Amino acid sequence: MSMKLSTRQVDGVTIVDCSGRITLGEGSVMMRDTVRDLLAKGNKKIILNLGDVNYIDSSGIGELVSAFTTTKNQGGELKLLNLTKKVHDLLQITKLYTVFDVKEDETAAVKAFK
Amino acid sequence: MEQTVSYTLDSTLETVDHAEEKATRIATELGFGEDEVMQISMAVREGAVNAVLHGNAYAPDKKVILAFQRTPEDLVITIRDQGKGIDLSGIPNPLAPENLLKTSGRGIFLMRSFMDVVEIRPSQTGTEIKLIKHVHGRSAGVKEGSQ
Repeated sequence: MSMKLSTRQVDGVTIVDCSGRITLGEGSVMMRDTVRDLLAKGNKKIILNLGDVNYIDSSGIGELVSAFTTTKNQGGELKLLNLTKKVHDLLQITKLYTVFDVKEDETAAVKAFK
Repeated sequence: MEQTVSYTLDSTLETVDHAEEKATRIATELGFGEDEVMQISMAVREGAVNAVLHGNAYAPDKKVILAFQRTPEDLVITIRDQGKGIDLSGIPNPLAPENLLKTSGRGIFLMRSFMDVVEIRPSQTGTEIKLIKHVHGRSAGVKEGSQ
């Protein structure tokens, strides 16, 4: 299953609903382009909803890191929402779980933006 | 599955997906559990990425050789490229604080995390990665007569 992304706005926060696989190639490129487009349009409060992401490889992890640092460098904030067990475990073993701001509840994640 | 199966693949992104699919199918057929199948397929995917991108650098005249061997104790997977050989000393520790926010460099770490043994042999004619997963508990590939 390839990557699918859709965006929606909730109280000034952009939520990117992701599904499928974030892997080397199309999935990673889509993620990168979407976040860059959002930032270019001034949307600097971003939540990546990964609830339907069933697979991620090292390139996908790199893309999440890139999205996080790019957003931060432009004065924005990026949070991750609804990690599946596979993605959660991957972020744990790569020690990135505590680097990202990870949320389990969408309403709380939206409210958590400064 | 026969004792050994081998594939010669082009240096393309499709090869990465195909290698992962073959690993998933073979590991499933051998009876590994769902989590182990995921670990094996991801390790093979990362090995194939290394071979296609870093080893062969997408060169159309260079191939990736992927082999699966079933022994009584192990599933042994070999991924060989025809590149210049990677410099292992140049690979930073992705868990070091200064490297955590790097966007690449986690492939070999993930292979080592998911497999029981990972051997990497670089040479001037290419790099060979050997990935070994032990067969635990109920023997993979052996069907039980009753439950």
